[in-house]
Amino acid sequence: MQPGTLTLTGLTRRFGGKTAVDNVSLTIPQGQFVAVIGRSGAGKSTLLRLINRLTEPTEGEIRFDGRVVSALRGRALRQWRRDCAMIFQQFNLVERLNVLTNVLIGRIAYHGPLSSLLLRFSDAERAEAVRALERLDLLGQALQRAGTLSGGQQQRVAIAKSLLQRPRVMLADEPIASLDPANASRVMDELARINRQDGLTVLVNLHTLDTARAYADRIIAMRDGRVYFDGTPRQLTPDVVRDIYGIDNTRFDPAVTSTALNRRAPVPV
Amino acid sequence: MTMTATAQFDADWHRHRSARRRSTWAWTLTLSALVLLTAWGSDFFTVTQISRADGTRTEAWILAAGIGRLGEFLDQMWPVLRWNSLGHDIANWFWGIGLWLRLLLETVQMAFAATLLGGACGFLLSFPAARNLAPNPVVLWIARRAAEIARTVPELVFALIFVFAFGVGPLAGMLAIALHTTGATAKLISEANENIDMRTVDGIRAAGGRWSDQIRLGVVPQVLPNIMSYSLLRFEINIRSSSIIGYVGAGGLGQEFRTAMSYQEYPDVLALFVITLATIAVIDFLSEKLRHRVIKPEPHHA
Repeated sequence: MQPGTLTLTGLTRRFGGKTAVDNVSLTIPQGQFVAVIGRSGAGKSTLLRLINRLTEPTEGEIRFDGRVVSALRGRALRQWRRDCAMIFQQFNLVERLNVLTNVLIGRIAYHGPLSSLLLRFSDAERAEAVRALERLDLLGQALQRAGTLSGGQQQRVAIAKSLLQRPRVMLADEPIASLDPANASRVMDELARINRQDGLTVLVNLHTLDTARAYADRIIAMRDGRVYFDGTPRQLTPDVVRDIYGIDNTRFDPAVTSTALNRRAPVPV
Repeated sequence: MTMTATAQFDADWHRHRSARRRSTWAWTLTLSALVLLTAWGSDFFTVTQISRADGTRTEAWILAAGIGRLGEFLDQMWPVLRWNSLGHDIANWFWGIGLWLRLLLETVQMAFAATLLGGACGFLLSFPAARNLAPNPVVLWIARRAAEIARTVPELVFALIFVFAFGVGPLAGMLAIALHTTGATAKLISEANENIDMRTVDGIRAAGGRWSDQIRLGVVPQVLPNIMSYSLLRFEINIRSSSIIGYVGAGGLGQEFRTAMSYQEYPDVLALFVITLATIAVIDFLSEKLRHRVIKPEPHHA
């Protein structure tokens, strides 16, 4: 098996009587850009939260690099979460702390309990945070409170924070659903750059089909907790799309769900 | 189709409205009954015997009989104050001012120390006592029961116990108030903790943060203004408590209240009252100013 391969085997999560993720098995090689699509409630978010163990699986196994990460506990679990960074639809920053501190939170798993309680970071870490902020055009806002930034800026802060985790996998749970088209493109371009330049595996939940088509190497569609489609953007035909979203064939226009300014290819590297 | 939907809504609305009326009536009746019952239990309707000026005894409603005695007490509290010797009379009235001011300082010190100690303990206890943050149900249960005991036992009872253990003096009072403050703070802040935005905590968890990191970074910044504001409010409350807790020998001005009452030196009681009231008013005023400043957001540093 290739190093850095993420494997899900029979992954299942039930909430009471409802099965959010139902027997999902996937193999994702290192460096792939994967878009996960599907209706609201199809299990996309739960799938991502299962992968970095924010949610515990009911059944099944997650492996990374041959190691069973679904069984990790304590310190090893925290290190897996660090290796498997996640950004969220609502950014999930500490709004009352400044941008720089929020970015440094990406280093939290590298610290002992006391130094993180005192928010004590090294000069090297601060320098790394500054570089990440510079890369994302946010250096001017570094000492502003995170809550005062626009949605697009906050999402970029979240990306900078996840970069400081030095992850190997990047999960993004509907990262652009709360953003305007210009900011959405900016965030997607950044994810593409992380994928191409840094060679990270990227898994993104998306509501917008054209975004998925424009950025992803591979599209996985979920329906009722199961993988309904798994293939290249080219294989995702209109018939398949109608099935995924369960709508009748006459009234669907993918452009309606678009958040992109114009359909463009990911940034050249 | 529209007609049936409207008719359906009409029927639903009528049912909804009559259900609401029934519940309003039920609540009104229950509350009224409870008010009457508890008033009766508190001797509100008691008829008592009083002596009239001519020596005969008569029956009267307890409130009507006693209200006049309030005036009598006020009259007895009033010191002798004459215009032509006002300075001298006031000095006479506040004859114990040296001791009283020393005890007043002790009162404020007790309240301050108790607020800091109890606030810090309550703050720490508030995290395991919050349903959404407790690491497991056992910890939650223990933390909640501990806070409950600290909160529900009256300060005076704790003070009696501590006076027995540590002797007469401000230490007993300070500890008693601190213990009560711990329970009250833990309860209040744990509720604030339960109302935070958990997405921030998710953000810390997703970066590999341990429980203490999630609390420090995900929770504390969100509830910090509540904590500061509540500590100041608690200081105001604790000043009141510490000014009376000396009644059981636990330090502060309270002991003088007791002495004055038992020697029936009612003008002394009024003098102590004036001193306490003035102190509380000043501290309330300052603390409220501070609290309003705390509630306003302020920038943080890395």
